[in-house]
Amino acid sequence: MMNRPGALLAAALCAAVPLVGGLAATDAAAQAKTSVVIGMTLEPPHLDPTAGAAAAIDEVVYANLFEGLTRIDESGAVRPALAESWEISEDGTTYRFTLREGVTFHDGASFEAEDVVFSLERIRAEGTENAQKDLYAAIESVEAEDARTVVVELSQPQGDLLWRLGWGDAVIVDPASAETNKTDPVGTGPFAFDGRVQGDLIRLTRFEDYWGEPAALERATFRFIPDAAAQVAALLAGDIDAFPNIGAPETVARFEADPRFEVAVGTTEGETILSMNHRRAPWNDVRVRRAIQHAIDRRALIDLAMIGFGTPIGSHFAPHHPAYIDLTDTAPYDPEKARELLAAAGVETPIKAVIKLPPPTYARRGGEVLAAQLKAVGIELELVPVEWGQWLAEVFRDPWDFDFTIVSHTEPLDIGIYARADYYFGYDDPDFQAHIAELEVEAEPERRQELLVEAQEMIADSQVNGFLFQLAKVGVQAAGLEGLWRNAPIQANDLTAVRWE
Amino acid sequence: MLAFTVRRLGQFLATLIAASLVVFLALEVLPGDAAQILLGVEATEETLAALRRQLGLDEPAMSRYVAWIAGLATGELGTSHIYGTPIAEMLGDRLAISLPLAALAFAISTAIALPLGVFAATRRGRLGDWLVIGFAQIGLAAPNFWFGVLLILIFAVTLGWFASGGFPGWEAGFWPALQALLLPALALALSEAAILARVVRSAMLETLGEDYIRTARAKGLSGRRVLFGHALRNAMIPVATILGLQFAFLVMGAVIVENVFYLPGVGRLLLQAIFQRDLVVVRDLVLLLSGFVILVNLLVDLAYGAIDPRPRPAA
Amino acid sequence: MRPLLRPPTRARLARGRRHPSFAIGGALTILMLGAAALAAVWTPHPIDGVDPLARLAAPSLAHPLGADHFGRDVLSLILAGAQTSVTVGLIAVGLGLGVGAPLGLAAAMRRGRPLDAAIGRTTDLIFAFPAVLTAVLIAAVYGPGAINAIVAIGIFNIAVFARVARGAAIGVAARPFVAAAAAIGRTRAQIAVIHVAPNIAGVLIVQATIQFAVAILAEAGLSYLGLGVQPPQPSWGKMLADAQTYMFSHPLQAVFPGLAIMLAVLGLNLFGDGLRDALDPRLKTLRLG
Repeated sequence: MMNRPGALLAAALCAAVPLVGGLAATDAAAQAKTSVVIGMTLEPPHLDPTAGAAAAIDEVVYANLFEGLTRIDESGAVRPALAESWEISEDGTTYRFTLREGVTFHDGASFEAEDVVFSLERIRAEGTENAQKDLYAAIESVEAEDARTVVVELSQPQGDLLWRLGWGDAVIVDPASAETNKTDPVGTGPFAFDGRVQGDLIRLTRFEDYWGEPAALERATFRFIPDAAAQVAALLAGDIDAFPNIGAPETVARFEADPRFEVAVGTTEGETILSMNHRRAPWNDVRVRRAIQHAIDRRALIDLAMIGFGTPIGSHFAPHHPAYIDLTDTAPYDPEKARELLAAAGVETPIKAVIKLPPPTYARRGGEVLAAQLKAVGIELELVPVEWGQWLAEVFRDPWDFDFTIVSHTEPLDIGIYARADYYFGYDDPDFQAHIAELEVEAEPERRQELLVEAQEMIADSQVNGFLFQLAKVGVQAAGLEGLWRNAPIQANDLTAVRWE
Repeated sequence: MLAFTVRRLGQFLATLIAASLVVFLALEVLPGDAAQILLGVEATEETLAALRRQLGLDEPAMSRYVAWIAGLATGELGTSHIYGTPIAEMLGDRLAISLPLAALAFAISTAIALPLGVFAATRRGRLGDWLVIGFAQIGLAAPNFWFGVLLILIFAVTLGWFASGGFPGWEAGFWPALQALLLPALALALSEAAILARVVRSAMLETLGEDYIRTARAKGLSGRRVLFGHALRNAMIPVATILGLQFAFLVMGAVIVENVFYLPGVGRLLLQAIFQRDLVVVRDLVLLLSGFVILVNLLVDLAYGAIDPRPRPAA
Repeated sequence: MRPLLRPPTRARLARGRRHPSFAIGGALTILMLGAAALAAVWTPHPIDGVDPLARLAAPSLAHPLGADHFGRDVLSLILAGAQTSVTVGLIAVGLGLGVGAPLGLAAAMRRGRPLDAAIGRTTDLIFAFPAVLTAVLIAAVYGPGAINAIVAIGIFNIAVFARVARGAAIGVAARPFVAAAAAIGRTRAQIAVIHVAPNIAGVLIVQATIQFAVAILAEAGLSYLGLGVQPPQPSWGKMLADAQTYMFSHPLQAVFPGLAIMLAVLGLNLFGDGLRDALDPRLKTLRLG
């Protein structure tokens, strides 16, 4: 009687063991394959990159499904895409693009100059859904000179227009399919959309009529797994070939010693900052903000919250950018100094404050570490976990109901947000605004560089926010998978060069 | 019997309606504009207004409640805001994991508890009895989510026999899918088995002490026949009651255990819906789960009335 | 006036003390309460500081149970977690006992009347919402927090105590001394308070220990899911949730918090069982969840 359940259990376990073996065997066979499964933490709400800010959209469609006139490559450089070449007028306000020939959309429609006119006009149209329409505000007109030439006129020169046109928000779509791209995307890229299971996966297949070099992969699948431990499980089980951005950095420990996997650590454009609400006292006092920066031990924060992945920053600028200067010594870790500054500013400690923490590990874990560090100087944080929807509604837009939040600003070269007085942290400085306005119209590279350096110094001196670290891109992939981006100059999983060794 | 059944059915419906009111009113007091929360930063006034219409936020509460209940009655559960898919569709996929999980856990716990309980009852006061009692105490005290984590540590991380979570989908085949459910089911089954083993043991002790068993023994029936022919059959009445009640709690436990093993079942859906404020999903799922508990209680009561010929004590 | 029938409690308790489960359970329970009380005034290391050097440290003299992913002393966190568990448990059980038991008693004294029916239907309704579901509803409206766990568990406890108190009180009310009290002109309220209440105290105490255990499990479960106690407030359930992503490299992280939950619950369960055996093995308690 006693051993019956035991026997049952033993039988079940024995049955399971060969099953696992079987799974592993099919995986090994599949290694010499032409398909890949990419894991992502967040699922895109829809698939139209011109109609939403969600990074997850670009992480699926950028360069794979949709292409723009230009594109941004792994190094962050601008390269020709649907525009073969271009000419810029002396005054920097007229761009003449020569379009590529023999390009077709996935539904068979041919790519023409009118498609470019339609796509760029659409960004600027009344009631546009485009999340980055401000990026293209300088565009005054778009005209098709002939079937292969498009002329873009600007109201003022814009030094980085070609780079801006390389964003996913400016991809070229076909007027006939533009309205259905959210559910059934049709682009010109090397992969075509092949179906979606909500909450689970999106399938792509190679587009055989692609104008450029065909992709090595025949099929690609994106799977969405929000939980860090489940991501590890899926990788170990071979269900997923690569997780370019793993959810919790500590899980890579499992893969570092395993020859079946490779851990890839690179850079992102994500400046991770402790945003402070300048609309509320006492955070509008630069002494208080500097005190907070002095209270933060960036190295300990990175070690504890991100197990060491990440580079300390002293301003809102990516360390791998050519114009970067190290400003981490502007207000180094010095709790004693922090307490003095707080006292000088007339702040009664202990003072209580609310920090709202969105879901990513850097925010939730980072918030716990910062709470401990700030408590040491007399600032007691109440940690409030929020989901992205709530964060957007309460923190990012009016009523800006927060004292602090932690967020990684992942748009490339986004120091210009500090010139927007209506931005969520509410920093309003006319000098800085004038400075950015000057940068906007400057096309001369050396002068741009100077202006960018000054901009970094200005916001570091004002200690606008707590500057924490540049988010690292920590990924895990199966050994033998080549061609995935190690760095993320924009948010994308470019599969065009991915192949199995 | 008939009168009892009718009265009990009436109570069932009344409780169900009250539960739906509780769920509806609880979510009605939600602070803030649901449409705003759902659409977030990119929403324009137009799209906000459209969503409010779609959510029916511009209608009076009473008509929204009626519309909701009418929808539930016809299987029209509404649409998830996060995924934009019909909830009925999602629910089907999720139930295809949660129900087999609960059933497997139920089977495992019964398979463990029945023999253990009977064994303990026949060894009353001896070492075997004490071991079973000890097992039951441990099983009652160990939280199922911790037991789940330990199972992952042993069988997935250390031995590598199982995946440490996730679900390949039934389309991956019966065995791989079942394999993914085995550890979670075991985690769920432990505390159920502990409760059940205690009940089986005491029910057996009670029936073994009754007159007809002694009579049967006196008539020279073998111990085995007395045990299984008479005692076990009679002990099944309280056991069945507990089994029924516990099945409802098994489903609740599954909410937690699904999250330990990252199984995309109803429990995970519920938690995701909470965190993403997918309120229509929360509303439907909470009512569905509580309705399920109410239904199980009804069935247990009715079955109890049918099995036990003795007059029923007034409720 | 004393109740006419009074169990020889002292003698029974003396017998109970020799009961092994009573002794083990009592010891574990005292350990848990002691840990909670100690944590209120002292922990070996501060629990609100982080220490990069001790990150995920293995057990040592300085950190007998090791340190967590923030370098905090696990023993200190477990002691502080006991404080959280005991607080949530005490409030939730107090709510049940303070509200549910009088309601159950009132229902029993008005047996078959509208009040009884109303209380009965309300407890039915509450039983349809196990603590997890109630907590989910509250979290949907107000967001996650410790209050959620307390309210959700407390509401469920009200129904549990109402039902147990009613059942026990009906049994007591049927005894001859209650009829005798009524015959000498005592009011219903007097009978309830003077004669019935003391005689159902035993079953309520046993039920309270069971509910305490259930509350600790529920709090840990809710905090594990992220619906309950929020950081920086320490919680055994949250510790387990944190440990899970470190499980692949530091499995020990997942062991101690779970062990703490199990020992606390085991202690209360054993203590309750021992108490029941000592008072009256036939006490009708309720075990759900």
